[in-house]
Amino acid sequence: MRFNHYKPLMALAMLIAALALAVGISACGGGGSTTTAESTEAESPATEETNTEEPAEEGEEGEEAGGEAEAITANPENAKVSLTIGSKNFPEQEILGEIYTQALQAAGYKAKSDLSLGSETVALKTLKAGQISGYPEYASTALTSFFKFEPEEVPADATEAWEKANAEFEKEGLVAFEPTPFASANAVGLLKTTAEKYNLKTVSDLKGVSEKLTLYGSPECRQRIDCLAGLEKLYGLKFKEFKPVDISLRYTVLEKGQADLSILFTTDPQLAAESEKFVILEDDKKVFPAGNVIFVTSKKVAESAGPDYEKTILNVQQGLTLEVMQELDARVELEKQTPKEAAAAYLEAAGYVE
Amino acid sequence: MNLLAALPHPVFAGFTGAFEFIFSKQESSVTGGKKVGGFEQVLELAWTQIYVSLLALALALVIAVPIGLYFGHRGAGELLAVGIGNAGRAVPELALIALIAAIIGVGIPVLTLALAVLGIPPILTNTFVGVRQADRSAVTAARGVGMTEFEILRKVELPMAVPGIMTGVRGSTVNIVATATIAPLVGVATLGEFILGENVYGTNGVLAGAICTAILALLFEFALAGLQRQLTSKGLRLQAQ
Repeated sequence: MRFNHYKPLMALAMLIAALALAVGISACGGGGSTTTAESTEAESPATEETNTEEPAEEGEEGEEAGGEAEAITANPENAKVSLTIGSKNFPEQEILGEIYTQALQAAGYKAKSDLSLGSETVALKTLKAGQISGYPEYASTALTSFFKFEPEEVPADATEAWEKANAEFEKEGLVAFEPTPFASANAVGLLKTTAEKYNLKTVSDLKGVSEKLTLYGSPECRQRIDCLAGLEKLYGLKFKEFKPVDISLRYTVLEKGQADLSILFTTDPQLAAESEKFVILEDDKKVFPAGNVIFVTSKKVAESAGPDYEKTILNVQQGLTLEVMQELDARVELEKQTPKEAAAAYLEAAGYVE
Repeated sequence: MNLLAALPHPVFAGFTGAFEFIFSKQESSVTGGKKVGGFEQVLELAWTQIYVSLLALALALVIAVPIGLYFGHRGAGELLAVGIGNAGRAVPELALIALIAAIIGVGIPVLTLALAVLGIPPILTNTFVGVRQADRSAVTAARGVGMTEFEILRKVELPMAVPGIMTGVRGSTVNIVATATIAPLVGVATLGEFILGENVYGTNGVLAGAICTAILALLFEFALAGLQRQLTSKGLRLQAQ
Protein backbone atom coordinates (compact mmCIF):
# COMPACT_ATOMS: atom_id res chain seq x y z
CA MET A 1 0.00 0.00 0.00
CA ARG A 2 1.17 3.44 -0.83
CA PHE A 3 -0.45 5.52 1.85
CA ASN A 4 2.67 6.65 3.71
CA HIS A 5 1.40 10.17 3.95
CA TYR A 6 -1.42 9.06 6.22
CA LYS A 7 -1.39 10.21 9.76
CA PRO A 8 -0.74 7.16 11.95
CA LEU A 9 -3.86 7.90 14.00
CA MET A 10 -5.98 7.85 10.87
CA ALA A 11 -4.47 4.55 9.82
CA LEU A 12 -5.21 3.08 13.23
CA ALA A 13 -8.81 4.28 13.08
CA MET A 14 -9.22 2.70 9.68
CA LEU A 15 -7.74 -0.55 10.87
CA ILE A 16 -10.11 -0.69 13.81
CA ALA A 17 -13.09 0.14 11.59
CA ALA A 18 -12.14 -2.54 9.13
CA LEU A 19 -11.68 -5.13 11.85
CA ALA A 20 -14.97 -4.24 13.47
CA LEU A 21 -16.73 -4.59 10.15
CA ALA A 22 -15.11 -7.93 9.44
CA VAL A 23 -15.95 -9.29 12.87
CA GLY A 24 -19.51 -8.05 12.52
CA ILE A 25 -19.93 -9.72 9.17
CA SER A 26 -18.51 -13.02 10.33
CA ALA A 27 -20.75 -12.96 13.38
CA CYS A 28 -23.84 -12.39 11.22
CA GLY A 29 -22.79 -15.05 8.78
CA GLY A 30 -22.15 -17.56 11.53
CA GLY A 31 -25.85 -18.10 12.09
CA GLY A 32 -26.47 -19.13 8.54
CA SER A 33 -23.25 -20.92 7.96
CA THR A 34 -23.20 -24.53 6.98
CA THR A 35 -21.18 -26.00 9.78
CA THR A 36 -21.39 -25.62 13.52
CA ALA A 37 -18.33 -27.57 14.36
CA GLU A 38 -16.92 -27.15 17.79
CA SER A 39 -14.43 -28.88 19.94
CA THR A 40 -15.18 -29.38 23.56
CA GLU A 41 -12.53 -30.26 26.06
CA ALA A 42 -13.48 -32.43 28.96
CA GLU A 43 -12.71 -29.83 31.55
CA SER A 44 -16.04 -30.06 33.32
CA PRO A 45 -18.85 -32.57 33.48
CA ALA A 46 -21.43 -31.70 30.85
CA THR A 47 -24.26 -31.78 33.32
CA GLU A 48 -23.37 -28.40 34.81
CA GLU A 49 -24.05 -26.67 31.54
CA THR A 50 -27.44 -28.13 30.87
CA ASN A 51 -29.96 -25.52 29.98
CA THR A 52 -33.46 -26.31 31.16
CA GLU A 53 -35.54 -23.74 29.34
CA GLU A 54 -38.27 -26.12 28.32
CA PRO A 55 -39.00 -28.46 31.18
CA ALA A 56 -42.31 -29.65 29.72
CA GLU A 57 -40.77 -30.79 26.49
CA GLU A 58 -37.90 -32.49 28.22
CA GLY A 59 -40.34 -34.31 30.47
CA GLU A 60 -42.06 -35.81 27.45
CA GLU A 61 -38.80 -36.84 26.01
CA GLY A 62 -37.83 -38.43 29.28
CA GLU A 63 -40.94 -40.57 29.18
CA GLU A 64 -40.24 -41.78 25.68
CA ALA A 65 -36.64 -42.53 26.34
CA GLY A 66 -36.72 -43.22 30.04
CA GLY A 67 -37.76 -46.85 30.05
CA GLU A 68 -34.39 -48.45 29.54
CA ALA A 69 -32.09 -45.67 30.63
CA GLU A 70 -29.49 -46.63 33.15
CA ALA A 71 -27.69 -43.74 34.85
CA ILE A 72 -24.04 -43.52 33.82
CA THR A 73 -21.61 -43.79 36.71
CA ALA A 74 -18.07 -42.45 36.63
CA ASN A 75 -15.30 -44.98 36.97
CA PRO A 76 -12.05 -43.36 38.21
CA GLU A 77 -10.08 -46.03 36.29
CA ASN A 78 -11.21 -44.43 33.04
CA ALA A 79 -9.56 -41.06 33.76
CA LYS A 80 -6.33 -42.41 32.27
CA VAL A 81 -7.94 -42.92 28.86
CA SER A 82 -8.15 -40.04 26.38
CA LEU A 83 -10.76 -40.36 23.63
CA THR A 84 -11.65 -38.17 20.66
CA ILE A 85 -15.12 -38.73 19.28
CA GLY A 86 -15.65 -37.62 15.68
CA SER A 87 -18.68 -36.90 13.56
CA LYS A 88 -19.49 -35.67 10.09
CA ASN A 89 -20.39 -32.01 9.82
CA PHE A 90 -24.17 -31.88 9.75
CA PRO A 91 -26.51 -31.43 12.71
CA GLU A 92 -27.70 -35.01 13.32
CA GLN A 93 -24.13 -36.31 13.26
CA GLU A 94 -22.90 -33.48 15.46
CA ILE A 95 -25.61 -34.21 18.03
CA LEU A 96 -24.70 -37.91 18.04
CA GLY A 97 -21.01 -37.06 18.38
CA GLU A 98 -21.81 -34.85 21.36
CA ILE A 99 -24.08 -37.43 22.99
CA TYR A 100 -21.35 -40.08 22.86
CA THR A 101 -18.69 -37.61 24.03
CA GLN A 102 -20.70 -36.37 26.99
CA ALA A 103 -21.74 -39.89 27.98
CA LEU A 104 -18.10 -41.01 27.93
CA GLN A 105 -17.16 -37.97 30.00
CA ALA A 106 -19.86 -38.94 32.50
CA ALA A 107 -18.35 -42.42 32.63
CA GLY A 108 -15.09 -40.83 33.70
CA TYR A 109 -13.20 -40.83 30.40
CA LYS A 110 -11.12 -37.91 29.24
CA ALA A 111 -13.22 -37.44 26.13
CA LYS A 112 -13.43 -34.61 23.62
CA SER A 113 -15.31 -34.17 20.38
CA ASP A 114 -14.14 -33.35 16.86
CA LEU A 115 -17.32 -32.64 14.92
CA SER A 116 -15.99 -31.31 11.66
CA LEU A 117 -15.24 -34.28 9.45
CA GLY A 118 -16.47 -33.47 5.97
CA SER A 119 -17.59 -36.80 4.57
CA GLU A 120 -17.58 -40.50 5.37
CA THR A 121 -14.40 -40.93 3.35
CA VAL A 122 -12.64 -38.31 5.47
CA ALA A 123 -14.12 -39.73 8.68
CA LEU A 124 -12.93 -43.25 7.90
CA LYS A 125 -9.47 -42.01 6.96
CA THR A 126 -9.24 -39.99 10.17
CA LEU A 127 -10.32 -43.02 12.18
CA LYS A 128 -7.79 -45.32 10.51
CA ALA A 129 -5.04 -42.75 11.08
CA GLY A 130 -5.89 -42.77 14.78
CA GLN A 131 -6.77 -39.06 14.92
CA ILE A 132 -10.22 -39.93 16.25
CA SER A 133 -11.14 -42.87 18.46
CA GLY A 134 -14.50 -43.51 16.85
CA TYR A 135 -17.49 -41.89 15.15
CA PRO A 136 -21.16 -42.65 14.45
CA GLU A 137 -21.92 -43.92 10.94
CA TYR A 138 -25.12 -45.07 9.26
CA ALA A 139 -24.88 -48.81 8.61
CA SER A 140 -26.34 -48.29 5.12
CA THR A 141 -23.75 -45.64 4.27
CA ALA A 142 -20.96 -47.86 5.53
CA LEU A 143 -22.14 -50.74 3.33
CA THR A 144 -22.74 -48.73 0.15
CA SER A 145 -19.93 -46.22 0.46
CA PHE A 146 -17.12 -48.25 2.02
CA PHE A 147 -17.92 -51.81 1.05
CA LYS A 148 -19.45 -51.44 -2.43
CA PHE A 149 -22.88 -52.86 -1.64
CA GLU A 150 -25.63 -51.97 -4.09
CA PRO A 151 -28.52 -50.17 -2.31
CA GLU A 152 -30.85 -53.13 -2.84
CA GLU A 153 -28.29 -55.43 -1.18
CA VAL A 154 -28.44 -53.51 2.10
CA PRO A 155 -30.45 -55.65 4.55
CA ALA A 156 -33.64 -54.00 5.77
CA ASP A 157 -33.12 -55.57 9.19
CA ALA A 158 -30.96 -53.36 11.43
CA THR A 159 -29.15 -56.23 13.15
CA GLU A 160 -28.37 -57.96 9.88
CA ALA A 161 -27.05 -54.74 8.33
CA TRP A 162 -24.88 -54.16 11.38
CA GLU A 163 -23.49 -57.71 11.29
CA LYS A 164 -22.60 -57.35 7.61
CA ALA A 165 -20.94 -53.98 8.17
CA ASN A 166 -19.10 -55.21 11.25
CA ALA A 167 -17.71 -58.22 9.39
CA GLU A 168 -16.27 -55.83 6.77
CA PHE A 169 -14.95 -53.36 9.36
CA GLU A 170 -13.19 -56.21 11.23
CA LYS A 171 -11.07 -56.93 8.17
CA GLU A 172 -9.67 -53.42 8.53
CA GLY A 173 -8.91 -53.58 12.25
CA LEU A 174 -12.08 -51.71 13.15
CA VAL A 175 -15.18 -52.71 15.07
CA ALA A 176 -18.78 -51.45 14.94
CA PHE A 177 -20.99 -51.51 18.04
CA GLU A 178 -24.65 -52.51 17.92
CA PRO A 179 -27.08 -50.17 16.12
CA THR A 180 -29.29 -47.39 17.50
CA PRO A 181 -33.07 -47.84 17.68
CA PHE A 182 -33.68 -45.11 15.06
CA ALA A 183 -32.85 -45.35 11.38
CA SER A 184 -32.31 -42.55 8.89
CA ALA A 185 -32.67 -42.62 5.14
CA ASN A 186 -32.65 -40.16 2.28
CA ALA A 187 -36.01 -39.45 0.71
CA VAL A 188 -37.45 -37.49 -2.18
CA GLY A 189 -39.28 -34.58 -0.55
CA LEU A 190 -41.57 -31.93 -1.95
CA LEU A 191 -44.18 -29.37 -1.02
CA LYS A 192 -47.55 -30.87 -0.21
CA THR A 193 -49.10 -28.61 -2.85
CA THR A 194 -46.83 -30.08 -5.55
CA ALA A 195 -47.65 -33.63 -4.41
CA GLU A 196 -51.36 -32.88 -4.65
CA LYS A 197 -51.03 -31.15 -7.99
CA TYR A 198 -49.46 -34.20 -9.65
CA ASN A 199 -51.10 -36.75 -7.34
CA LEU A 200 -47.78 -38.15 -6.08
CA LYS A 201 -47.50 -40.68 -3.25
CA THR A 202 -44.60 -42.92 -4.21
CA VAL A 203 -41.42 -42.32 -6.17
CA SER A 204 -42.85 -44.53 -8.94
CA ASP A 205 -45.68 -41.98 -9.35
CA LEU A 206 -43.07 -39.58 -10.72
CA LYS A 207 -42.99 -41.54 -13.97
CA GLY A 208 -44.19 -39.23 -16.72
CA VAL A 209 -44.07 -36.18 -14.42
CA SER A 210 -40.40 -36.03 -13.52
CA GLU A 211 -39.46 -34.52 -16.91
CA LYS A 212 -41.19 -31.34 -15.75
CA LEU A 213 -39.55 -31.28 -12.32
CA THR A 214 -36.22 -29.97 -11.02
CA LEU A 215 -34.51 -32.07 -8.36
CA TYR A 216 -32.03 -30.64 -5.86
CA GLY A 217 -29.63 -32.78 -3.85
CA SER A 218 -26.14 -32.69 -2.36
CA PRO A 219 -23.30 -32.23 -4.88
CA GLU A 220 -22.54 -35.95 -4.51
CA CYS A 221 -26.13 -36.99 -5.20
CA ARG A 222 -25.79 -36.69 -8.98
CA GLN A 223 -23.48 -39.68 -9.32
CA ARG A 224 -24.52 -41.80 -6.34
CA ILE A 225 -26.42 -45.01 -6.87
CA ASP A 226 -28.27 -44.37 -3.58
CA CYS A 227 -29.38 -40.98 -4.95
CA LEU A 228 -29.94 -39.53 -8.46
CA ALA A 229 -28.10 -42.31 -10.30
CA GLY A 230 -30.34 -44.86 -8.57
CA LEU A 231 -33.51 -42.89 -9.25
CA GLU A 232 -32.59 -42.86 -12.93
CA LYS A 233 -31.49 -46.49 -13.07
CA LEU A 234 -33.96 -48.30 -10.82
CA TYR A 235 -37.06 -46.17 -11.42
CA GLY A 236 -36.18 -45.19 -14.97
CA LEU A 237 -36.85 -41.53 -14.18
CA LYS A 238 -35.53 -38.53 -16.13
CA PHE A 239 -35.67 -35.19 -14.41
CA LYS A 240 -35.89 -31.78 -16.06
CA GLU A 241 -32.71 -30.86 -14.25
CA PHE A 242 -30.60 -31.88 -11.28
CA LYS A 243 -28.97 -29.10 -9.29
CA PRO A 244 -26.41 -29.49 -6.51
CA VAL A 245 -26.97 -27.70 -3.23
CA ASP A 246 -25.53 -27.68 0.27
CA ILE A 247 -27.57 -30.01 2.47
CA SER A 248 -28.30 -27.18 4.90
CA LEU A 249 -30.38 -25.58 2.11
CA ARG A 250 -32.51 -28.67 1.34
CA TYR A 251 -35.69 -27.04 2.67
CA THR A 252 -34.81 -23.51 1.55
CA VAL A 253 -34.86 -24.51 -2.14
CA LEU A 254 -38.35 -26.00 -1.72
CA GLU A 255 -39.63 -22.96 0.16
CA LYS A 256 -38.22 -20.52 -2.39
CA GLY A 257 -39.86 -22.47 -5.20
CA GLN A 258 -36.53 -23.19 -6.90
CA ALA A 259 -36.78 -26.93 -6.38
CA ASP A 260 -39.80 -29.05 -7.19
CA LEU A 261 -38.15 -32.00 -5.49
CA SER A 262 -35.39 -32.06 -2.90
CA ILE A 263 -33.48 -34.90 -1.25
CA LEU A 264 -34.41 -34.85 2.46
CA PHE A 265 -33.70 -37.08 5.45
CA THR A 266 -36.43 -39.15 7.08
CA THR A 267 -35.24 -37.92 10.50
CA ASP A 268 -35.75 -34.27 9.52
CA PRO A 269 -37.71 -32.40 12.20
CA GLN A 270 -39.37 -30.29 9.51
CA LEU A 271 -41.29 -33.36 8.34
CA ALA A 272 -42.86 -33.78 11.77
CA ALA A 273 -43.23 -30.09 12.62
CA GLU A 274 -44.54 -28.96 9.23
CA SER A 275 -46.33 -32.04 7.95
CA GLU A 276 -48.92 -29.78 6.31
CA LYS A 277 -46.20 -28.20 4.20
CA PHE A 278 -43.59 -30.84 3.34
CA VAL A 279 -44.12 -34.47 2.43
CA ILE A 280 -41.85 -37.31 1.29
CA LEU A 281 -42.56 -39.89 -1.38
CA GLU A 282 -42.55 -43.56 -0.47
CA ASP A 283 -39.43 -45.24 -1.85
CA ASP A 284 -41.25 -48.26 -3.28
CA LYS A 285 -38.23 -49.66 -5.15
CA LYS A 286 -35.75 -49.11 -2.30
CA VAL A 287 -33.17 -46.78 -3.79
CA PHE A 288 -32.58 -45.17 -0.41
CA PRO A 289 -31.58 -47.85 2.10
CA ALA A 290 -32.46 -46.96 5.68
CA GLY A 291 -29.57 -47.03 8.07
CA ASN A 292 -29.41 -47.31 11.84
CA VAL A 293 -26.39 -45.65 13.38
CA ILE A 294 -23.50 -47.85 14.40
CA PHE A 295 -20.57 -46.50 16.39
CA VAL A 296 -17.36 -47.38 14.56
CA THR A 297 -14.10 -47.49 16.46
CA SER A 298 -10.72 -49.15 16.15
CA LYS A 299 -10.14 -52.50 17.88
CA LYS A 300 -7.06 -51.09 19.53
CA VAL A 301 -8.99 -48.26 21.17
CA ALA A 302 -11.83 -50.59 22.15
CA GLU A 303 -9.38 -52.88 23.93
CA SER A 304 -7.32 -50.21 25.67
CA ALA A 305 -10.34 -48.19 26.79
CA GLY A 306 -11.78 -51.03 28.83
CA PRO A 307 -15.30 -52.47 29.10
CA ASP A 308 -16.99 -49.17 30.03
CA TYR A 309 -16.37 -47.82 26.51
CA GLU A 310 -18.77 -50.10 24.65
CA LYS A 311 -21.13 -50.34 27.62
CA THR A 312 -21.53 -46.56 27.84
CA ILE A 313 -22.09 -46.12 24.12
CA LEU A 314 -24.70 -48.87 23.88
CA ASN A 315 -26.38 -47.59 27.02
CA VAL A 316 -26.62 -43.95 25.95
CA GLN A 317 -27.99 -44.70 22.48
CA GLN A 318 -30.86 -46.84 23.79
CA GLY A 319 -33.13 -43.82 24.09
CA LEU A 320 -32.54 -42.67 20.51
CA THR A 321 -35.84 -43.55 18.87
CA LEU A 322 -36.97 -41.82 15.68
CA GLU A 323 -39.15 -39.38 17.67
CA VAL A 324 -36.32 -38.48 20.05
CA MET A 325 -33.83 -38.02 17.20
CA GLN A 326 -36.29 -35.78 15.32
CA GLU A 327 -36.81 -33.78 18.50
CA LEU A 328 -33.05 -33.36 18.96
CA ASP A 329 -32.59 -32.42 15.28
CA ALA A 330 -35.37 -29.84 15.74
CA ARG A 331 -33.57 -28.25 18.66
CA VAL A 332 -30.48 -27.68 16.54
CA GLU A 333 -31.95 -27.06 13.07
CA LEU A 334 -35.07 -25.12 14.01
CA GLU A 335 -34.44 -23.71 17.47
CA LYS A 336 -30.74 -23.00 16.82
CA GLN A 337 -29.42 -24.68 19.95
CA THR A 338 -25.87 -25.94 19.68
CA PRO A 339 -25.40 -29.72 19.26
CA LYS A 340 -23.69 -29.63 22.64
CA GLU A 341 -26.76 -28.13 24.35
CA ALA A 342 -29.13 -30.56 22.64
CA ALA A 343 -26.98 -33.53 23.63
CA ALA A 344 -26.76 -32.38 27.24
CA ALA A 345 -30.53 -31.94 27.40
CA TYR A 346 -31.02 -35.46 26.06
CA LEU A 347 -28.64 -37.05 28.59
CA GLU A 348 -30.39 -35.33 31.43
CA ALA A 349 -33.98 -35.82 30.28
CA ALA A 350 -33.42 -39.50 29.59
CA GLY A 351 -31.88 -39.97 33.04
CA TYR A 352 -28.33 -40.83 31.99
CA VAL A 353 -26.88 -38.06 34.12
CA GLU A 354 -28.20 -36.24 37.14
CA MET B 1 2.29 -38.65 -17.49
CA ASN B 2 5.11 -41.19 -17.47
CA LEU B 3 7.42 -38.32 -16.86
CA LEU B 4 5.44 -37.35 -13.79
CA ALA B 5 5.47 -40.89 -12.48
CA ALA B 6 9.22 -40.98 -12.87
CA LEU B 7 9.69 -37.97 -10.63
CA PRO B 8 11.19 -39.14 -7.39
CA HIS B 9 9.23 -36.89 -5.06
CA PRO B 10 6.15 -38.64 -3.63
CA VAL B 11 4.10 -35.45 -3.96
CA PHE B 12 4.52 -35.50 -7.71
CA ALA B 13 3.88 -39.22 -7.86
CA GLY B 14 0.57 -38.49 -6.11
CA PHE B 15 -0.43 -36.26 -9.01
CA THR B 16 -0.49 -39.01 -11.64
CA GLY B 17 -3.83 -40.34 -10.39
CA ALA B 18 -5.29 -36.85 -10.65
CA PHE B 19 -4.09 -36.45 -14.24
CA GLU B 20 -5.52 -39.83 -15.14
CA PHE B 21 -8.80 -38.65 -13.63
CA ILE B 22 -8.74 -35.56 -15.85
CA PHE B 23 -8.10 -37.44 -19.06
CA SER B 24 -10.03 -40.69 -18.64
CA LYS B 25 -13.06 -41.87 -16.68
CA GLN B 26 -12.37 -43.67 -13.41
CA GLU B 27 -14.12 -46.28 -11.28
CA SER B 28 -16.07 -45.10 -8.26
CA SER B 29 -17.38 -47.23 -5.42
CA VAL B 30 -20.70 -45.45 -4.90
CA THR B 31 -22.07 -45.02 -8.42
CA GLY B 32 -23.25 -48.56 -9.11
CA GLY B 33 -20.60 -49.21 -11.74
CA LYS B 34 -20.86 -45.93 -13.65
CA LYS B 35 -17.46 -44.36 -14.26
CA VAL B 36 -16.84 -40.73 -13.30
CA GLY B 37 -14.49 -37.93 -14.28
CA GLY B 38 -12.78 -37.77 -17.64
CA PHE B 39 -12.10 -34.95 -20.04
CA GLU B 40 -15.69 -34.41 -21.10
CA GLN B 41 -16.95 -33.83 -17.56
CA VAL B 42 -13.91 -31.68 -16.72
CA LEU B 43 -14.57 -29.46 -19.75
CA GLU B 44 -18.26 -29.13 -18.98
CA LEU B 45 -17.64 -28.14 -15.37
CA ALA B 46 -14.72 -25.87 -16.30
CA TRP B 47 -16.90 -24.08 -18.82
CA THR B 48 -19.54 -23.36 -16.17
CA GLN B 49 -16.81 -22.10 -13.88
CA ILE B 50 -15.48 -19.75 -16.58
CA TYR B 51 -19.00 -18.53 -17.29
CA VAL B 52 -19.93 -17.71 -13.68
CA SER B 53 -16.49 -16.18 -13.07
CA LEU B 54 -16.91 -13.84 -16.04
CA LEU B 55 -20.40 -12.86 -14.90
CA ALA B 56 -19.16 -12.07 -11.39
CA LEU B 57 -16.15 -10.19 -12.75
CA ALA B 58 -18.39 -8.12 -15.01
CA LEU B 59 -20.65 -7.21 -12.10
CA ALA B 60 -17.67 -6.33 -9.91
CA LEU B 61 -16.24 -4.11 -12.68
CA VAL B 62 -19.54 -2.31 -13.28
CA ILE B 63 -19.79 -1.49 -9.59
CA ALA B 64 -16.18 -0.90 -8.55
CA VAL B 65 -14.61 0.97 -11.49
CA PRO B 66 -17.05 3.93 -11.67
CA ILE B 67 -16.96 4.38 -7.89
CA GLY B 68 -13.17 4.15 -7.83
CA LEU B 69 -12.85 6.64 -10.72
CA TYR B 70 -15.29 9.07 -9.14
CA PHE B 71 -13.66 9.14 -5.73
CA GLY B 72 -10.19 9.03 -7.26
CA HIS B 73 -10.94 12.04 -9.46
CA ARG B 74 -12.44 14.01 -6.60
CA GLY B 75 -9.59 12.96 -4.36
CA ALA B 76 -12.05 12.21 -1.61
CA GLY B 77 -13.32 9.10 0.06
CA GLU B 78 -9.93 7.52 0.62
CA LEU B 79 -11.14 6.20 3.93
CA LEU B 80 -14.08 4.55 2.20
CA ALA B 81 -12.11 3.04 -0.68
CA VAL B 82 -9.34 1.66 1.48
CA GLY B 83 -11.71 0.67 4.29
CA ILE B 84 -13.94 -1.32 1.94
CA GLY B 85 -10.86 -2.80 0.34
CA ASN B 86 -9.50 -4.10 3.62
CA ALA B 87 -12.79 -5.17 5.15
CA GLY B 88 -13.86 -6.88 1.93
CA ARG B 89 -10.85 -9.13 2.03
CA ALA B 90 -11.89 -10.39 5.44
CA VAL B 91 -15.45 -11.39 4.50
CA PRO B 92 -15.78 -15.16 4.81
CA GLU B 93 -17.20 -16.17 1.44
CA LEU B 94 -18.92 -19.32 2.69
CA ALA B 95 -20.76 -17.41 5.40
CA LEU B 96 -21.70 -14.70 2.90
CA ILE B 97 -23.07 -17.18 0.39
CA ALA B 98 -25.06 -18.99 3.09
CA LEU B 99 -26.51 -15.67 4.20
CA ILE B 100 -27.55 -14.65 0.69
CA ALA B 101 -28.93 -18.14 -0.02
CA ALA B 102 -31.08 -18.03 3.11
CA ILE B 103 -32.60 -14.74 1.92
CA ILE B 104 -33.05 -15.18 -1.83
CA GLY B 105 -32.38 -18.88 -2.46
CA VAL B 106 -29.84 -20.45 -4.79
CA GLY B 107 -28.74 -20.30 -8.40
CA ILE B 108 -26.49 -18.31 -10.71
CA PRO B 109 -27.72 -14.84 -9.58
CA VAL B 110 -26.91 -15.62 -5.94
CA LEU B 111 -23.51 -17.00 -6.84
CA THR B 112 -22.70 -14.05 -9.11
CA LEU B 113 -23.59 -11.60 -6.36
CA ALA B 114 -21.52 -13.41 -3.73
CA LEU B 115 -18.49 -13.72 -6.02
CA ALA B 116 -18.80 -10.08 -7.11
CA VAL B 117 -18.67 -9.00 -3.48
CA LEU B 118 -15.37 -10.82 -3.31
CA GLY B 119 -14.13 -9.17 -6.51
CA ILE B 120 -15.07 -5.57 -5.73
CA PRO B 121 -12.51 -4.62 -3.06
CA PRO B 122 -9.28 -5.11 -5.04
CA ILE B 123 -10.71 -3.36 -8.12
CA LEU B 124 -12.11 -0.46 -6.12
CA THR B 125 -8.95 0.15 -4.11
CA ASN B 126 -6.62 -0.16 -7.08
CA THR B 127 -8.76 2.03 -9.35
CA PHE B 128 -8.84 4.69 -6.67
CA VAL B 129 -5.09 4.53 -6.12
CA GLY B 130 -4.44 4.41 -9.88
CA VAL B 131 -6.37 7.63 -10.49
CA ARG B 132 -4.87 9.37 -7.45
CA GLN B 133 -1.41 8.60 -8.72
CA ALA B 134 -1.97 9.94 -12.22
CA ASP B 135 0.66 12.57 -12.98
CA ARG B 136 -0.65 15.76 -11.32
CA SER B 137 1.13 18.07 -13.74
CA ALA B 138 -0.61 16.37 -16.67
CA VAL B 139 -3.97 16.88 -14.94
CA THR B 140 -3.19 20.53 -14.26
CA ALA B 141 -2.12 21.01 -17.88
CA ALA B 142 -5.35 19.38 -19.09
CA ARG B 143 -7.35 21.74 -16.94
CA GLY B 144 -5.23 24.62 -18.33
CA VAL B 145 -6.12 23.80 -21.94
CA GLY B 146 -9.79 23.94 -21.02
CA MET B 147 -10.82 20.31 -20.69
CA THR B 148 -13.97 19.64 -18.69
CA GLU B 149 -13.69 17.56 -15.54
CA PHE B 150 -15.18 14.58 -17.37
CA GLU B 151 -12.68 14.94 -20.20
CA ILE B 152 -9.82 15.09 -17.71
CA LEU B 153 -11.05 11.88 -16.11
CA ARG B 154 -11.60 10.10 -19.40
CA LYS B 155 -8.64 11.30 -21.45
CA VAL B 156 -5.94 11.89 -18.84
CA GLU B 157 -6.57 10.14 -15.55
CA LEU B 158 -8.21 6.97 -16.84
CA PRO B 159 -5.45 6.07 -19.33
CA MET B 160 -2.84 6.67 -16.66
CA ALA B 161 -4.80 4.59 -14.15
CA VAL B 162 -5.06 1.56 -16.47
CA PRO B 163 -2.10 -0.34 -14.97
CA GLY B 164 -3.54 0.19 -11.48
CA ILE B 165 -7.04 -0.85 -12.49
CA MET B 166 -5.74 -3.93 -14.24
CA THR B 167 -3.71 -4.92 -11.19
CA GLY B 168 -6.94 -4.88 -9.23
CA VAL B 169 -8.83 -6.78 -11.93
CA ARG B 170 -6.18 -9.49 -12.05
CA GLY B 171 -6.22 -9.90 -8.29
CA SER B 172 -10.01 -10.06 -8.28
CA THR B 173 -10.12 -12.59 -11.08
CA VAL B 174 -7.84 -15.06 -9.35
CA ASN B 175 -9.99 -14.74 -6.22
CA ILE B 176 -13.23 -15.19 -8.13
CA VAL B 177 -12.09 -18.14 -10.26
CA ALA B 178 -10.70 -19.96 -7.22
CA THR B 179 -13.73 -19.28 -5.06
CA ALA B 180 -16.18 -20.35 -7.79
CA THR B 181 -15.37 -23.88 -6.60
CA ILE B 182 -18.00 -23.42 -3.87
CA ALA B 183 -20.73 -23.03 -6.50
CA PRO B 184 -22.07 -26.60 -6.15
CA LEU B 185 -23.30 -25.59 -2.70
CA VAL B 186 -25.77 -23.16 -4.30
CA GLY B 187 -27.05 -25.02 -7.33
CA VAL B 188 -24.32 -24.46 -9.91
CA ALA B 189 -22.03 -27.33 -10.93
CA THR B 190 -18.44 -26.11 -11.36
CA LEU B 191 -15.13 -27.89 -10.87
CA GLY B 192 -15.93 -27.65 -7.17
CA GLU B 193 -18.12 -30.70 -7.70
CA PHE B 194 -14.92 -32.78 -7.78
CA ILE B 195 -13.54 -31.04 -4.71
CA LEU B 196 -16.75 -31.32 -2.68
CA GLY B 197 -17.53 -34.87 -3.76
CA GLU B 198 -14.71 -36.92 -2.35
CA ASN B 199 -16.99 -39.90 -1.68
CA VAL B 200 -17.80 -40.08 -5.39
CA TYR B 201 -14.65 -38.82 -7.09
CA GLY B 202 -12.00 -39.95 -4.62
CA THR B 203 -8.82 -38.15 -3.61
CA ASN B 204 -7.72 -38.06 -7.24
CA GLY B 205 -10.91 -36.25 -8.17
CA VAL B 206 -10.41 -33.69 -5.41
CA LEU B 207 -6.87 -33.08 -6.56
CA ALA B 208 -7.96 -32.95 -10.21
CA GLY B 209 -10.55 -30.29 -9.36
CA ALA B 210 -7.91 -28.23 -7.60
CA ILE B 211 -5.39 -28.60 -10.44
CA CYS B 212 -7.94 -27.63 -13.11
CA THR B 213 -9.01 -24.62 -11.06
CA ALA B 214 -5.40 -23.52 -10.72
CA ILE B 215 -4.92 -23.89 -14.48
CA LEU B 216 -8.06 -21.82 -15.12
CA ALA B 217 -6.83 -19.08 -12.79
CA LEU B 218 -3.50 -19.00 -14.63
CA LEU B 219 -5.23 -18.83 -18.03
CA PHE B 220 -7.27 -15.86 -16.84
CA GLU B 221 -4.12 -14.25 -15.49
CA PHE B 222 -2.29 -14.59 -18.84
CA ALA B 223 -5.29 -13.33 -20.80
CA LEU B 224 -5.63 -10.29 -18.56
CA ALA B 225 -1.91 -9.56 -18.68
CA GLY B 226 -2.22 -9.49 -22.48
CA LEU B 227 -5.28 -7.28 -22.26
CA GLN B 228 -3.48 -4.92 -19.92
CA ARG B 229 -0.71 -4.48 -22.51
CA GLN B 230 -3.28 -3.68 -25.18
CA LEU B 231 -5.11 -1.18 -22.99
CA THR B 232 -2.08 0.67 -21.72
CA SER B 233 -1.44 3.77 -23.83
CA LYS B 234 1.67 3.77 -25.98
CA GLY B 235 3.13 6.75 -24.20
CA LEU B 236 2.96 5.04 -20.84
CA ARG B 237 4.47 1.89 -22.24
CA LEU B 238 7.40 3.83 -23.66
CA GLN B 239 7.79 5.67 -20.38
CA ALA B 240 7.98 2.38 -18.54
CA GLN B 241 10.80 1.24 -20.78
